[in-house]
Amino acid sequence: MHVNLDDLPLRKSALVAAINWSALSPADGKRLRELGFSEGVSVQPLHRAPFGRDPIACKVGRMMIAVRRAHACAIEVEVPAT
Amino acid sequence: MTGIPLVALVGNPNAGKSALFNALTGARQKIGNYPGVTVERHTGRFALADGRPIQLIDLPGAYSLDPSSPDEEVTRDVVTGVQDGERLPNALIIVVDAANLDNHLRFTLQLIALGLPVVVALNMVDLARRDGLEIDPEILARELGVPVIPTVAVRRRGIEELKAAIDGKVTGANIRSIEAGRGEGDEYDAMLNTKRARDVAQRAVVSETPTRRLNQSIDAVALHPLLGPLLLAALLFVMFQAVFAWSEAPVGWIEAGQGWLTASADGLLAEGYFKSFVIDGVINGVGSVIVFLPQILILFFFILLLEATGYMTRAAFLMDRLMARFGLSGASFIPLLSSFACAIPGIMATRTIADPKDRLTTILIAPLMTCSARLPVYAIIIAAFIPNSSIGPGIGLQGLVLFCLYISGIVGAMVAALVLRRTVAKGAAASFIMEMPKYQLPLLRDLALGLWQRAWIFLKRAGTIIFVTTIALWALLSFPQAPEDSPLSQTEYSIAGRVADGLHVVVAPIGFNEEIALALIPAMAAREVAVSALATTYSIDESDEEQAEQSLTQQLQGQWSLPTALAFLAWFVFAPQCLSTIAVTRRETNSWRWPIFMLTYLFVLAYVAAGITYWTAVGLGL
Repeated sequence: MHVNLDDLPLRKSALVAAINWSALSPADGKRLRELGFSEGVSVQPLHRAPFGRDPIACKVGRMMIAVRRAHACAIEVEVPAT
Repeated sequence: MTGIPLVALVGNPNAGKSALFNALTGARQKIGNYPGVTVERHTGRFALADGRPIQLIDLPGAYSLDPSSPDEEVTRDVVTGVQDGERLPNALIIVVDAANLDNHLRFTLQLIALGLPVVVALNMVDLARRDGLEIDPEILARELGVPVIPTVAVRRRGIEELKAAIDGKVTGANIRSIEAGRGEGDEYDAMLNTKRARDVAQRAVVSETPTRRLNQSIDAVALHPLLGPLLLAALLFVMFQAVFAWSEAPVGWIEAGQGWLTASADGLLAEGYFKSFVIDGVINGVGSVIVFLPQILILFFFILLLEATGYMTRAAFLMDRLMARFGLSGASFIPLLSSFACAIPGIMATRTIADPKDRLTTILIAPLMTCSARLPVYAIIIAAFIPNSSIGPGIGLQGLVLFCLYISGIVGAMVAALVLRRTVAKGAAASFIMEMPKYQLPLLRDLALGLWQRAWIFLKRAGTIIFVTTIALWALLSFPQAPEDSPLSQTEYSIAGRVADGLHVVVAPIGFNEEIALALIPAMAAREVAVSALATTYSIDESDEEQAEQSLTQQLQGQWSLPTALAFLAWFVFAPQCLSTIAVTRRETNSWRWPIFMLTYLFVLAYVAAGITYWTAVGLGL
């Protein structure tokens, strides 16, 4: 099942299926890539900030990365069937 | 100098580079700036086993050789040999976080491809092990084709082995030179590199057992939607409490010392310009710098502690959404927070903000945060004009007014940010993508070293400016000397007094009298100087500070109307009465354009706010 990262429930692991680079500014896209966001990487949202559940702290590989919901919406993930 | 081999430390942010730099060089460090940019240049020295010296530079953390900030640009330029004022290093120490191998190896592979002699420091192997990650340095070394030394920089482990490996790289025939300017990422393929990094990392990791990380337990509280903000608020409360409470005693000692020096100089020196210069210029000038030091040190200590433990990024995470409403991001939170003690460290802390427009906006609004130099001014006016009455259980009117002054500053800053982001600092809305490093217990030694370095930079930057301004103001107030029979006081007769005459015409419409106009001039050195300047103009000559304050309060009550006092308070909420802040802004933005803009917009804001306050108060018949 494919959803975007913003809709993935907290603590649920998934694999990055596709990233809509054109929906991101070049600088943001570059930063995400440098921090390890790429197709096939495991991602798990762990925390959401108060006030509008934004930004989201995600485990990406072995790192914890904070991204805004706007970025998460551009990241499509594949949820493993349970 | 050039005979000594140069080695550069390079790696991703949060790889523990600075800790490794400290471990290698100890306290033998120098901090400077790269020419033309506000990027700090950290250099130091260490000795190899046989005593030969090595010069080490700590390059800013970077994610790749394709820079997205001035910091990353310096890193790329140094390792490719094109940086102004830096020679090409003879070797690189690439620092990687053992627990983040696949990510950090991408940059490592890029760096190795440059062709310089390289040693990899596989850092924080202890934390990786805590996470259940076992890495074989031999396999990693074979895959990368360079020596790999496991280290724990904060515990000073693996340092001798690292030095030995460096020795092998900088000795004799191994010194190669590469063509300057290489390494621009034309043929470099990001995707291929990512894949290769992941491959190498997978091969080097010999076992991986999932463990519940300590990190996650802390974050369960620190990032909790309810507990997180409460914890942050509690930490901030303790921090500010400490900044003001702990500094009271040392500030008292400094003032006592200053008083003693003044008294001694008074007794020793003959009347005249020289005496006046020593007492009012030098002793006063140095004193007004040093008196800020206790608060600044305490503030720096907390900020360093929060940074070194890894909590700072959590605070930015929690505050991001609120800051986003004003066109900023969580990254601006810490610099603005520091500005409550003093705008100078706050503005210096904006270097961590990646987006230039975001950073500029933060710099421009930082002086609106109520800094500690405003407190003495607020305190004396509130004591004189606001009755010490209670307007509810536990709420005093004086405290409420003080609170409102803080809030006015914050609201003013937020509105200013909104406007600036739509006008002079227009650009895409600030973004927030941030790595949140693992929590770590910092070494006291590293904290002390950081505190010393930051305090020294503050003294050098702010100190020289405050000192020079005080001396200049002394001259303005002392010349020309009033003749014996002049009906005017020396202050009125001086250049400053004549300037104040002109200034009074400008500030009279907002309810300011001649004495205020005169006090505003020396207060450009530091806001709190306004208090002593007022005392001077009302010719209060009390050696005892408390008595002096009491008589100043009485004088003010007699001479000022309530609307004037309120307008004076409103003025100090906004006015950029601090030349050091302007000078630091000049330094950090590398042009006169922004400090002049800051000066103008804040003075206009202050004038309008004071005017509205004055005429509203008059209209209400106060």
